[in-house]
Amino acid sequence: MYNILVGGAAGQGIDTTVANLEVLLKKAGYYVFTIKDFMSRVRGGHNFSLIRFGNEIITSHSNELDGMIALDDDTVELHKQNLKQDGFILCDTKLTTTDPKAIKLNMGGMAKELGNVRVSGSIAIGVILKLFGIATDHVEETMKNLVKEAYLDMNVKAVRLGYESVETRFSITPGNFSDWMIISGSKSLALGAIAAGIKFYSAYPMSPSTAIMEYLASKSVEADFVVEQAEDEIAAINMAIGASYAGARAMTGTSGGGFCLKVEALGLSGIAEIPLVAVNVQRPGPATGLPTRTEQSDLKFVISAAQGEFPRMVIALRNHKDAFYQTIRAFDITEKYQIPVIILSDQYLGDSTATVEPFDISNIKIANPSNDEYKEGEYLRYQLTENGISPRLIPGKSRNFVSVDSDEHDERGFITESADVRNQMMDKRMKKLELLREELLEPEFFGEENCETLFLGWGSTYGPIAEAVSILNEDEPGKYGALSFGDVYPLPTKLLMEKASKAKQIVNIEQNATGQLKDLIREQTGILCTGSILKYDGRQISGEEIVEKIRKGGQK
Amino acid sequence: MCEFKTYETAWCPGCGNFSILQCLKTALEELKKDPYEVLMVGGIGQAAKTPQYISANSFCGLHGRSLPAAVAAKIANEKLTVIVDTGDGDSYGEGGNHFIHNIRRNVGITHFVHDNQIYGLTKGQASPTTSEGQITGVQVTGSVNTPLNPVLMAIAAGAGFVARAFSGDTKHLTEIMKQAITYPGYAIVDILQPCVTFNKVNTYAYYKSRVYHLEEDYDSSNKLEAMERAMEFDDRIPIGVLYQEQKQTFHQKNIVLAGREPLVERQRDSTVIKQLMNEFV
Ligand SMILES: Cc1ncc(C[n+]2csc(CCOP(=O)(O)OP(=O)(O)O)c2C)c(N)n1
Ligand code: SF4
Repeated sequence: MYNILVGGAAGQGIDTTVANLEVLLKKAGYYVFTIKDFMSRVRGGHNFSLIRFGNEIITSHSNELDGMIALDDDTVELHKQNLKQDGFILCDTKLTTTDPKAIKLNMGGMAKELGNVRVSGSIAIGVILKLFGIATDHVEETMKNLVKEAYLDMNVKAVRLGYESVETRFSITPGNFSDWMIISGSKSLALGAIAAGIKFYSAYPMSPSTAIMEYLASKSVEADFVVEQAEDEIAAINMAIGASYAGARAMTGTSGGGFCLKVEALGLSGIAEIPLVAVNVQRPGPATGLPTRTEQSDLKFVISAAQGEFPRMVIALRNHKDAFYQTIRAFDITEKYQIPVIILSDQYLGDSTATVEPFDISNIKIANPSNDEYKEGEYLRYQLTENGISPRLIPGKSRNFVSVDSDEHDERGFITESADVRNQMMDKRMKKLELLREELLEPEFFGEENCETLFLGWGSTYGPIAEAVSILNEDEPGKYGALSFGDVYPLPTKLLMEKASKAKQIVNIEQNATGQLKDLIREQTGILCTGSILKYDGRQISGEEIVEKIRKGGQK
Repeated sequence: MCEFKTYETAWCPGCGNFSILQCLKTALEELKKDPYEVLMVGGIGQAAKTPQYISANSFCGLHGRSLPAAVAAKIANEKLTVIVDTGDGDSYGEGGNHFIHNIRRNVGITHFVHDNQIYGLTKGQASPTTSEGQITGVQVTGSVNTPLNPVLMAIAAGAGFVARAFSGDTKHLTEIMKQAITYPGYAIVDILQPCVTFNKVNTYAYYKSRVYHLEEDYDSSNKLEAMERAMEFDDRIPIGVLYQEQKQTFHQKNIVLAGREPLVERQRDSTVIKQLMNEFV
């Protein structure tokens, strides 16, 4: 496994270089996992990406560097202490660094000679391929999809020029990942929505959720659905609810602050029993917090967001594969139970890219949103039924009226203040939770069956925890295991009770300051964690960091 | 002949809302609308209960949020006749931002605002259209804020159909409603509606002595003239279609929607999903 950093100021072309390099590495057969660390500014500042690749599945980033591509002096200064003994710094001759690890090449000059300074990124890519001894027979074919035709030749030449400029230093045999996909968490989520038959997406731009809207918008014509940029988040969610009421599968997405604005309408979806998928790509708060960074601090907020009580489901995405399949599941569940389903993602997962097996869409069934056969008699939108789920009709599709209301209502959907009807309607709605509980997916367990130390995590810490468990078990065989929650609300408790009863120590690992999962678990099961590893500086914890904390006994 | 039934209401006797509801029924019936294809959307307030009192599909959402829900329902299913029927607080106060931006969107819905220049349901506080100096339970020394002029604002923001009507002039109101409902884009009708309980200033007599019909030869396509007439709101208040213009609707401009069957009737195509996935390989 190797790990390289590409760093520089915003606007220097880091993203393109990284995007091209990761595809070339993946096409060569490697598994690639990339994270983005950037500042909330359009030009300048310091941004970097970490590209980790190898011949087996990688689930976490690492801060130990085999090398870096430094586009400016800051990058060298900020990251050289993370370089391994034999690490390298690839940079242009115009950088001032005199570090002995530097490989200085006149990339700017070479690029100019090829006809465009912008191809210096491709020169750097060529250098990297050669340093790691990666064959280049796939380069031309792959580059065809990455750069505009007019620049293809120039870029291929640039890769070759870089390739010829250095000697090979490292070696690693490739894996079998060339036919897999390389995709970001946000795009994977968006693709899941398309696979689930989304017809309407509305949002207001907010980092880091905007990537979902951008991807959906770019495919809306091809895949036949409407994306609307709303005037604000309140409009966005009310639009999604309106579209869903009218029979279109609808989703809305945002990040923390935007979700705050959507809260009243979340309750509207709850009381009016209108299907809705609401995505929150978490970033650190409160208020505007750290716009481009990561955190998992909205769990407690979203499970209780909006006044009153109503059933809802919260699914935290653990990885890129989850982002696709769980989004489809969210659409199914919202349709089936007529409750809002909240998907929790975060900046780390949303912006990182990983190699995943092509998704299997053969078994996806798109449930018919309406009970079209229901035609006779007076239709009761909120008919009291055994399981709490009333038959749902789409307005205009039959001769029945579909009346919905945010006020408490009777079976027809009309305002009522009757105490009896209030009780019946509350009971009807809450009953759905019983059925929903049967649908819950238990957390994923990894590590040793009868572990002494049990880690608990949720969402995107899945990968780092998985890596930490396997490193720790290599050192101290049989001691470590972990449960990573995807379904977080309602909380599945079966496997948790079983594993927790055997473990000597239970350590929750979370990207927040208070241990929100820990508290939720205590509230729901009485199980107490004996230690916590919490990180809330806006940067994701890595597998190695978890290992280090455990070895030092660093859990609080 | 289609009939729109009404249900028992919770309005005060003598309220201006009654005739608006009656005119709406007549307008829909005269336009031969099938009740099952009509969607009435309201927010929260006294006026916003109108959708509940008429036999059609109804969506009563949140205070101020009727427009986004209504436009999206129309985006999803163009076959629905979507009518937002709600108050001035709902439309211009809590929902002010949506009001402006849905003019820009121009989705083909109709927006009837029961403008009683007061908050009815919450018992008589100033609304965005309350006159300067009017005393209420909250504006105890008289409202100091300049009242909003919704029709002027709508014309300035680029609305394609802007009208003012009076709930006491039912024949005229019904006619305006019919024109608004048949207009292909976003149509707004600000309806002067006396609140007999909380607004002792803008009474039936107040409006009756002031409103006049726009002349037969009034040119509703002249924007500057329309703005001038829109500003007339003191001793004399013109009612009728102040401004009208043919504009491309959202459905015509949006290439996913244009000239196709309603979104809700379309099937998902799994071959497209496979293609999209291939772009990541
Ligand atoms: C978010 C929110 N804020 C406040 C209210 C309370 N509220 C209900 S109706 C209303 C004003 C109604 O005024 P208007 O829209 O003019 O309708 P009217 O009752 O006068 O017909 C207010 C403030 C609410 N329901 N929701
Ligand atoms: S309070 Fe005013 S607006 Fe409401 S019903 Fe009574 S008269 Fe009508």
